Amino acid sequence: MLRQIEGSRAVAETVACCRPQVICAYPISPQTHIIEALSAMVKAGDLTPCEFINVESEFAAMSASIGASAAGARAYTATASQGLLYMIEAVYNASGLGLPIVMTLANRAIGAPINIWNDHSDAMAVRDSGWIQLFAETNQEAADLHILAFRLAEQLSLPVMVCMDGFILTHAVEGIDVAEQGAVDAFLPSYEPRQVLDPDEPVSIGAMVGPEAFEEVRYLAHLRQLEALDLIPALAAEFESMFGRPSAGLLSSYRIEDAETVVVAMGSVLGTIKDAVDARRDEGDRVGVLAITAFRPFPRQAVRDALAGARSIVVVEKAFSIGFGGVLSTDVAMATHDHACSLRTVVAGLGGRPITRRSLEGMLDTAVRDELDTLTFLDLDTGIVEREQLRMAETRRSGPSAEHVLHGLQSGPRPVDRPVP
Amino acid sequence: MFQIRIHGRGGQGVVTAAEVLSMAAFAQGRTAQAFPSFGSERMGAPVVSFCRIDDHPIRTREPVMEPDALIIQDATLIHQVDLFAGLRREAYVIINTSRTLDQLGLGEFSGQLDPDRLLTCPATEFALEQLGRPLPNAALIAGFAALTGEISLDAIDTAIRQRFGGPVGERNVAAATAAYRFVADARAESAHVAAD
Repeated sequence: MLRQIEGSRAVAETVACCRPQVICAYPISPQTHIIEALSAMVKAGDLTPCEFINVESEFAAMSASIGASAAGARAYTATASQGLLYMIEAVYNASGLGLPIVMTLANRAIGAPINIWNDHSDAMAVRDSGWIQLFAETNQEAADLHILAFRLAEQLSLPVMVCMDGFILTHAVEGIDVAEQGAVDAFLPSYEPRQVLDPDEPVSIGAMVGPEAFEEVRYLAHLRQLEALDLIPALAAEFESMFGRPSAGLLSSYRIEDAETVVVAMGSVLGTIKDAVDARRDEGDRVGVLAITAFRPFPRQAVRDALAGARSIVVVEKAFSIGFGGVLSTDVAMATHDHACSLRTVVAGLGGRPITRRSLEGMLDTAVRDELDTLTFLDLDTGIVEREQLRMAETRRSGPSAEHVLHGLQSGPRPVDRPVP
Repeated sequence: MFQIRIHGRGGQGVVTAAEVLSMAAFAQGRTAQAFPSFGSERMGAPVVSFCRIDDHPIRTREPVMEPDALIIQDATLIHQVDLFAGLRREAYVIINTSRTLDQLGLGEFSGQLDPDRLLTCPATEFALEQLGRPLPNAALIAGFAALTGEISLDAIDTAIRQRFGGPVGERNVAAATAAYRFVADARAESAHVAAD
């Protein structure tokens, strides 16, 4: 039944329907509403049997999740930003040990400078951790992807991270159809662990592996993650037949058939991009969109096929690798290396900077005229940058940059609700 | 698509106002999206929230920059925050105050807007009467409904009862009804004056 509810609420209710037996999390914006709702459900006895473990840090949250999962429990956690960084050692352990933990990542920028707003820097920081990473475009997708995530994780014995844009999705109230318990039960069988810490059948998990076998163990993990490239579309098809609505799969396209210029992106910005693409189509530009849901494993072949007709590819990313450029762009470039097409990176929405349709349309207009730079920072205020560079050149003891940039803004921090001039 | 921007201060229910508006639109069978502007949510700090209403799925995630309607919960923000950014002449504006536009220092500014769409409403007073607390949300949203005709009072009442429930819900419905009548009467009077 469609209800007008907050994205975090929908995710919490959906996770509850997945019958997690252990939830262990530490609160951090913008993940808090999800965890608050789940802890309230456990306390009220609405989610049972389930233990909600309060811990002192994210490192403990992931460590306890690892313990619970290794003991055979279905384990769930959620975090964001610095919280993810704080648990990163355990994040690698969860995947290295092959434990099917599901974690919501309410995507948020990473400091310094401290910033609570949305971008994808946190997800990119654990890109190589061995977790499957799925990006939601809408709150409906975010909620539904959790059901798919538990099934996928447990079938492959690998942890899955569902990435949803912090605030933009987590705090948005919109019409969401939260799955019914019966349907989730039919889709998601009870957890049958591949390995379990059982006193009656003792095993050791987490052995030290030296140079004689480390590469092989890592390669096996790679092969196992690649299995998701077949499994995700199969599960998405099964989901659609059971729930009566499509689930996000590896990727999806929009108005791509005859498109010369294709925008590739992940997450909630895709909605605004589709509006911008419709507007450019009305002006006669042949533009389309490729939405990536599965970032890890990266659907290289599917991306290659989807972009076969494109003359120009524009990757819009909410993160970048300082000192180089695009992150998703690099993967897309590898997937399309034998295509005769140009590839440009547009970094946008860092630290919560609004990505407006107006700016996207302007960027697309430049792209179809083949005048877009290889690396573009959308709506970058070059005046601010140049002022700070000049100031730093004047004196050795120039002080902290972030603070001076803020002081230099005449009316304080750039208001998020002001139209771009 | 009809786009609303709500300005207030942390603790006044700015985010809840957008949420309830979206629930009311949904109750009326329309598509709606509500979200806050995600500032550091301190008590008393300026806060902005947004609501979009449409009859089609809403895909965009950008903030509302050119609102069709502006709801101002706290008139003390007028000379502190750029409340009217992106506002077009035909936009609706409803300000929670028991003072006049001249008293607020908006006499000259009001000339830039359609006088039939610019309104003050003493929503906090309606809230104090019905709730005993200065929480103007329900009254202000109902005033918005009466001013714009975008949402019915019935839908507003349904959303308020869903969001708050029990006696608190009923007292908010009473505040909403009072504010709706106040704005409807003010509009009828203005139409009457215009007809004369």
